[in-house]
Amino acid sequence: MREYRYGRIKPSEITDQQVWLKRRQLIKAGMAAGAGLLLGGANGPAMAAIAGPGNNRKISLSGESVYGRTLVPTEYEHITTYNNFYELGYGKEAPAENAAALKTRPWSIKVSGECNKPGIMDIEDILKLDQEERIYRFRCVEAWAMVVPWVGFSLGRFLKRFGPTSRAKFVEFETLYDPEHLPGQKRTVLDWPYREGLRIDEAMHPLAFMATGLYGEVLPGQNGAPLRLVVPWKYGFKSIKSIVSICFVEKQPLNSWNATAANEYGFYANVNPKVPHPRWSQERHRVLGKGVFGGKEDTLLFNGYAEEVASLYSGMDLRKYF
Amino acid sequence: MTKWRIVVFLVSLLPLAAMVWGALHDRLGANPVEALSHESGSWALRFLLITLAITPLRRLTGWRKPVLLRRMLGLFSFFYACLHFLVWLWLDREFAWGGMLADIATRPYITVGFLSFLILIALALTSNMFSMRRLGLRWKGLHRLVYAAALLAILHFIWLVKADLMQPLIYLGVFVVLMLLRLPRKAVMRKPRRMVKKQAVA
Repeated sequence: MREYRYGRIKPSEITDQQVWLKRRQLIKAGMAAGAGLLLGGANGPAMAAIAGPGNNRKISLSGESVYGRTLVPTEYEHITTYNNFYELGYGKEAPAENAAALKTRPWSIKVSGECNKPGIMDIEDILKLDQEERIYRFRCVEAWAMVVPWVGFSLGRFLKRFGPTSRAKFVEFETLYDPEHLPGQKRTVLDWPYREGLRIDEAMHPLAFMATGLYGEVLPGQNGAPLRLVVPWKYGFKSIKSIVSICFVEKQPLNSWNATAANEYGFYANVNPKVPHPRWSQERHRVLGKGVFGGKEDTLLFNGYAEEVASLYSGMDLRKYF
Repeated sequence: MTKWRIVVFLVSLLPLAAMVWGALHDRLGANPVEALSHESGSWALRFLLITLAITPLRRLTGWRKPVLLRRMLGLFSFFYACLHFLVWLWLDREFAWGGMLADIATRPYITVGFLSFLILIALALTSNMFSMRRLGLRWKGLHRLVYAAALLAILHFIWLVKADLMQPLIYLGVFVVLMLLRLPRKAVMRKPRRMVKKQAVA
């Protein structure tokens, strides 16, 4: 498999490195003080994920990852208190407040459609797969962004286990539908359940990722526990949360935001500064956690992953297929 | 009355105090600029609706004092609208004038928001005694534009929302009720009497 290089390090990200290192040391020191010194010896530094606050169960990694090592992660608190997850409420802070409504056990993922080995996989078995850490830029269609240290595994490698056939041209994903417990599903703000889709070559791309955790810990509910998609070169709404179903299909599947407002949200939803949202520009975005006067940054084509993914779309009119 | 004026003036500054305190203590969440924009915009609209509630309040209760506070409350709406505009111009558009003008021209929710702001500017500039005397009868006509300003502001809110329309529709509901309460006196006065009768039967 080809090696993917990470180009384009922003000056702002380099200057912040010192601050970041200090913060990591502080977090680690705090963790050690809180949990006793046992932890320090148990985990070799090479395999350790970026440490979170210890709210959730830790995930052990099976290898050191090189993805996004130069990026400065957004603080855990910001990643987990500013979410678009309408199932748990429509405001940015509502999902964190209502996270307890999302019951993640028992949980299984049904894989079906155009494949040789369809089946139902329990989340505990999914968590036994090799897990790695990847630090990705995350760009929301609403022109804000963050940098997230995800934990999880390659989507493509996972999908291959089920033997997709030649008729599997797309992959369709579905979020849990549970209006009795999920407060946001009591009203038809979106046509539940939330659905998303990828072209099969997009899904098989090495950057496409399934996340089970962030900051080295199991995902909190508001971030799409227990299993979510992460497609770093697309707007955040493509990265569907709390997945219960994956289906290989021949025709382009429906995706929820496109079904709600087709003129504003496309199927592809590739990050593209040159294609504005009808109501706002996509040329720049605000990185979360930088304060009132933190300013904005230029948005890059494919969220800065053009080198890796641009070939997927060669010859396509990105304005038409936005 | 002076005491009332001072109390209402200070209370009206509380949202500003909360915003400044939040900004200084990093309590505005992950996206503080968005928080400031939403807070200032919401308070501009709330003060506008409070201003529009004073006439119905007088008609229903006969309480006259608030009428003397109306100008100040209207100016507070303008004050928070200025803050809202400044947050957009400075922190959101980063003084990119070209992009800003394009926004106003091509994005309907910004167009109507800006129109509402222009009306508020005109009303604020003519809110003094000098303008009232100078404009005479035309002053009242000009200041009736406040209804348009409120409606445009609510439209601005409705059009910027992605999917959940609940909040802006609540503001629209309040606006509609405040307008209905302005209907000719007979229509308004009859209703309560009928309700009293029904209660008596029950």
